[in-house]
Parts: sequence; C-alpha cells; structure tokens
Amino acid sequence: MTKRETPQLDELESGPWPSFVSDLKKQSEVRHQNPHQFEYQIPEDVVDDLMGVLELSYNEKEVHWKHGGIVGVFGYGGGVIGRYCDQPEMFPGVAHFHTMRVNQPNGKYYSTDFLRQLCDLWDFRGSGIFNMHGSTGDIILLGTRTEQLEEVFYELTHNMDQDLGGSGSNLRTPACCLGESRCEWSCFNTQELCYQLTQEYQDELHRPAFPYKFKFKFDGCPNGCVAAIARADLSFVGTWKDDIQIDQEAVQAYIGGELPPNGGAHAGRDWGPFDIQKEVIDRCPTNCMWMEDGKLKIDNKECTRCMHCINVMPRALGPGKEKGASVLAGAKAPILDGAQMSSMLVPFIPTEEPYDEIKELIESVWDWWMEEGRNRERLGELMKRQGFQKMLEMTSLRSIPQHVQEPRHSPYIFWKEEEVPGGFERDLQDFRKRHQR
Amino acid sequence: MAFVSSGYDPENPMQDRITDIGNRYYGDFLPPVIKENFGQWQWHEILEPGILMHKAESGAEVYTIRVGGCRLMSAELLREILDIADKHCDGYLRFTTRNNVEFMVDSKDKVEPLKQDLMSRKMEGGSYKFPIGGTGAGMTNIIHTQGWIHCHTPATDASGPVKCVLDELFEEFQNMQLPAQLRISLACCLNMCGAVHCSDIAMLGYHRKPPIIDDEWIDSLCELPLAVAACPTAAIKPKKKEIVSERTGETKEVKSVEVNNDRCMYCGNCYTMCPSLPLADAEGDGLVIMAGGKVSNRISEPKFSKVVVAFVPNEPPRWPTLTNVIRQIVDAYKKNADKYERLGEWAERIGWEQFFEKCGLDFTHHLIDDFRDPAYYTWRQTTNFKFTDSFPTEYSQMKVE
Repeated sequence: MTKRETPQLDELESGPWPSFVSDLKKQSEVRHQNPHQFEYQIPEDVVDDLMGVLELSYNEKEVHWKHGGIVGVFGYGGGVIGRYCDQPEMFPGVAHFHTMRVNQPNGKYYSTDFLRQLCDLWDFRGSGIFNMHGSTGDIILLGTRTEQLEEVFYELTHNMDQDLGGSGSNLRTPACCLGESRCEWSCFNTQELCYQLTQEYQDELHRPAFPYKFKFKFDGCPNGCVAAIARADLSFVGTWKDDIQIDQEAVQAYIGGELPPNGGAHAGRDWGPFDIQKEVIDRCPTNCMWMEDGKLKIDNKECTRCMHCINVMPRALGPGKEKGASVLAGAKAPILDGAQMSSMLVPFIPTEEPYDEIKELIESVWDWWMEEGRNRERLGELMKRQGFQKMLEMTSLRSIPQHVQEPRHSPYIFWKEEEVPGGFERDLQDFRKRHQR
Repeated sequence: MAFVSSGYDPENPMQDRITDIGNRYYGDFLPPVIKENFGQWQWHEILEPGILMHKAESGAEVYTIRVGGCRLMSAELLREILDIADKHCDGYLRFTTRNNVEFMVDSKDKVEPLKQDLMSRKMEGGSYKFPIGGTGAGMTNIIHTQGWIHCHTPATDASGPVKCVLDELFEEFQNMQLPAQLRISLACCLNMCGAVHCSDIAMLGYHRKPPIIDDEWIDSLCELPLAVAACPTAAIKPKKKEIVSERTGETKEVKSVEVNNDRCMYCGNCYTMCPSLPLADAEGDGLVIMAGGKVSNRISEPKFSKVVVAFVPNEPPRWPTLTNVIRQIVDAYKKNADKYERLGEWAERIGWEQFFEKCGLDFTHHLIDDFRDPAYYTWRQTTNFKFTDSFPTEYSQMKVE
C-alpha cells in the first residue's frame, strides 16, 4: 500500500491500457518491502510522495515543480536536469527530484543484464522510476537528490561503461531508427553512423559551447520512423540513386492475391481484393509506374522514392543498390517563429565509414552557426535570418534545383559585387557626361 | 539511510574520473538472430496485429511481438519485462521510438507461449501490463512528455490524458482497421520537448494566462536581466514598483519586471529562468488539439499538424472532453478516408471546411493563424472552396451577432 490516499489517481487504474498508477503503487509497495535489500540512498517514501504531488496537481490542476537551476556532474554542462518540489514540507521524499539522462544504445536494443544492473543502481540511488525513453531517445532516470548525482555518474561510468546524454545548449543525444538490424528498407547502417558520431562529438555533447540545442537524427529510409525530418537540426534520411529492385514473380503473386499487400498492415478490415492499378500505380505521386506485358515497369528517373509502392509490396520491390543518405537541415518545434521541418541541404551523401564527408559537412554547419547564431537561436532560425544561400556558401556547396520546392517568388535578388561586371564603384563624371543633372 | 559511497571522492573529483565514453555499442546488445542477419533482411509480414515476421536472405526468421508500454515505468515493472525476455528471448529486448517494447524470438513455435504469457499479465488495478498491438494501419503507442509528474512548465498532465485516450481508442491499437497509420502524441506545453507538430493527432498543453509577478521576491530570487532575456517575444521589461510588503506591511520600492500581456504567448521560458514568474492556472490551462501532420514522405510530403480545437479544459482524472473530441476525429477519419490516406491527406482531399463538418467540430476565430509571416500562407488564396451544410444560408448570418 502507498502511504497516501490518491482517489483521483486511482481513477486511472481502470481501462485496458497499462496503468502507470498501478505501476507506481506496486513500486511503492516493493520499495517499502525492499526484497532486494537495498540501502536506499534517497527517502524510502519517494514514490509515495511523487504520487502525492501528482494527486495534488490532479486536485488543483496546477503543477508543483520548480526548475532546478544549476545541478550536474563535475566537468559536464548537460545530462542532468535539476528539479525541486514547491511543497517540500508536504512531500519531503521529492524535495529534490533531479533527472539524469543516460545515452541509450543506438536502436534501443538491450541485454537484460545491462538493464537489470541499471534497475538496481536506480532503486539504490534514486527513485527507481524511469522513462523508457525520453523524447530525444535517452533512458531517463527520474528523480534523485543532488548528493547522489556524482555517485550515480561514478557507478555508470565505472561499473557499466555508460555515459550521460546531452541537455542544455549542447549536442543532444543522437538517435536513429533500428536500421539494418531488422529492416529491409534501411539504406544505411543508421546505428553505426549514429554511434560513431556520438563518440566523435562527446565534447560537444557534454560541454555547452553552442548557441542552443542541436540534434542529429538518422532515419534509414523516407518512411522516417524516428521523425528526423521534423525533429533534428541535421536530419539524415536514407535514400538510393539507382533503380528500385523488382521481383516480377512476386508482383504477380501480389496481383494474384497470394501475398498480403502492405505486409498485412491492412488485414484488419475488408478493403476488397488487392488492385495494383488503384492501390499502387494510381497512387504513385509521380505517375512513374505502369503495367506492360504483365510486368510492372518503373521509370526510375521520374521516381522520387516516396516508398509507397515498396511499402505496399515489400516482397516484390525494394530500394536500389546504390544507397546513401539525404541530409536536411533546420527542423525545430514551434518556439518561436513557428515550427520548421528540415530543408534539403545535400540530396545524396555516401554513408560509408569512416564518414569523413559527413563529419566535414557537420563541422562546417557548426562553424557557421557558432559564429553567427544568436543566443538560443536554432540552426533553422539562423537559416531563415541569414538565408539558405548563406548556408550553402558556408558549407561550400553548389546550389542545385533539388534544394528548392520552387524558385523564389520575389525578384529582390541581392547580387554580390563580384557577380556584376565592373563592380559597384562607378565614375560619376563619366555618368554625367551622358546624363544631365 | 547511511550514505554509501560509490568510490567518488568529492574532495578529489578528478581521481579515477571516467568521462566522455559515450553510449554502449549497440552491437553488444543484439539478439543472435539479429546479429547474424544484420543488413541481410529481405522482407517482412505482419502476421497478426502486434506480431511481425522478418525474413533474412539466409532463410532465418525473427518474430517480433510488440507491446504497448508506459514511458513512465518503474524498476519493478522493468524487471518483470527483463524476466520475460530471459524466459522467452535469450535475454534480449528492444524499445521502439514510440515507447513500445519489442520481444523477439527466432522461431514460430516460440511465439504462442510468449503471446499467452504477455496477455495473461495484468496490473493489480486490472489493466493489461503488456497489450499486444501497435502495428500496421492502426494506432500505435502515444508518445508524450512529462506533464505534472516532473516538468516545471506543463499546462496539463501527460501520462494521465495519454492513458485516457489510449483506453478510449484501445481497439485501434489492437486492430488494424484504419485507412493508414495513426500517430498520436502529446506535449505538455508549447515548448514541445516532445515534438508533436507533425502528428496525425496532437494534444498540446497550453497556458492562457501571462505569468504572475512575485514583485516582493523577484529581485532576491532571480537575475532580472536573465528573466527579461528569456522572453522570446520581448514582452518582459525591468520595472521599479512601489509595493506593500507582505512581510512587514510597509510600502517600499522594489526592482521587478513588467509583462506586456498582449505580447505574452505563455511559453514559460521566463519561469524557467525565474521561479517568481509562475504560470500555472487551473482555469487558464488546458489543451489544444492539432491534426493532420505526418513525418513520412510516403505519397505526399511531410506535413505540419494544424490546430483544429483551440482549447479543451483540463478535466482530471479522466479528461472526458479531450477523449471525446479525439474519438470524434478518429471515427470520422476511419469512416471516410480512403485506403492508404493519412489523416492529413484525407483532410486536404476533402478540404478543411469539410473536415470540420465530418468531425463535428466548431470553427472559431482562434483557428485562423495570426502569428507572424507563416500565417499568410494558411489563408485561402483561391475561389475554390466548398459550400458545407453549416455554411450560412443568408449573408446576414455571416455577421457577428
């Protein structure tokens, strides 16, 4: 039993979806019983008090946490989020309730040994409450006291070979989809690239030197399972240059109803028999497909690789063989000038180790942003303020039509002096010879 | 509660210090069948809702059972998940970007026992622990932020409303009966640390009142220039004020700030810098509902979510208005959209004026964008529109009463 009455929260125990309230109650009960014999380093009542604060918010419809100011581990400027309760006398167990971000393994695969060790550490030195996972991708250790921060960090690094993730004006913990580990559509090894860049940029991840936060995300294909294009300052999205691979026999099997379309994704409802014309060919956004002599034809030069046909017929179609990634820049949430998605910067970049071209690109973007970015200005906002052309100039990239959805509407082109024959300096006397005042 | 040292010496923090080692290598955590067939997967099939089979060139198969998880999770529940993974999956598991848990086995005969095991486990309150689903043309888990359980600027709770919506739409998680995937998300304030701006349906916590200024304390608790600089719309400026002291009853002059209420967008950035500018308010706070976003490039380009309901009040513990409105939208989408159409693609095909009618939602002036340059691109620059059933029959009805 929890030590507090929580009639409001109890209403969240009913219904089929897993109830976090039931889970918290159980955690509280087990914490009091202490079957694992932990010598708890923060109050035993921490879960009860956490539920108490939440119950109070459910009664009042107002939050009871304060921002934590500067807490962290020595030498790092990120990875810890300070948090204090604004009713510490009522809820002493959560008077301090700081969060630690733990950099997740890429693709979020785990061995049970690793997570069990983490459970034990966090029961012992913290609340035993996690977020699996936070929005950016880290494992979140939710709630401990200031004096435990260094202890947890020491145990993570010494006993688990594990570091903290990013927060503040740092590189934030990079994240990727599961990539080639279990997906036939992934156009590069998202986990490896994510891992290597995470390792390469540890300093940027732990020590704030940027104008604001900076995120990398890696999607293996244009389906975008980690939402790179919506969430990352630099979004890497797998793509290919050559032809979609076709197995014509499998195409016939789909047409004949022997294989379930969409890998069975629509099987819960009777949509009628599969119709390749209606569902694939007519749905192709570039009209680049047709049937000819019983074979599916694709005009690959017209294809924009949206993945629809591949999604519908995964056993018949697959991405091409010459694979790499598109790099887009500047996504962010709405604060302040409205939400931005990333804009195409490099339509195709090779994704082979050691990733030198990718690193060079990243660093040239950072050089520009760190030089010109204002305090709390995301890359996308700098792009809007100084212009896309400026980003191309700073990354030494040539402009190509793939950069834009359409050419500019306004004719107010700012010419550079060197682009105009003779430059901007002119001879007034000479002008006046031809034109009277 | 005796202090137990980890080995860290506060007098000598650099001793034996290990830093900048980054994350653990993913390759160390892959189940054998995944490791052996890395990069060699050929195709996949969803055998039933929540159960995927991937086939490799080698002929190997991996069966994945996806279960909905709470992002807020205790060590005790996590240990139970680990026990299941030890029992059925050789000690490996993974989590998805949307907070589902995936159990993987390397042969079909291991699926049924795992499935039975997962569905048999219930919380003491009666809910499932590990509901199977979240695949294909259905709703998957709702991603969300912290809310009242941990954040300092939330305008709503996160885990609670998410639980209520998932209860309401549970069959859409367990089945694959929608026209396409449905991605729902919640961010508890407009700073959106969980980016919800490209979701099929987004719930967004929103404050509607500017901060209260704790004039007597602000100068001693905050760095005023930081509070001023924190405001993204420059609505805060320093101001000397004469106040009656709460402590002594005397009239005195204090250094404080002034908030230009017309400019405040209630983001709470000032409160982050300064605890003397609290924002939370029972009546002021609630949720905005957005719809029609997506991140996939499939068929149509990625899209932003659009605001379709300007405000829903906070109604703990079960948020009935919120869940009803979302149910209305999902039902209309399910009934009317074509196969493969995402919610936003459907809304664009029929037109947003039809969307409001089909979903039974009111259109209010709040839904017309008035924030800076992007607003213009959301107005209608064409004579192509539809006369909907609710269109005013007489011009006089266009007039505000």
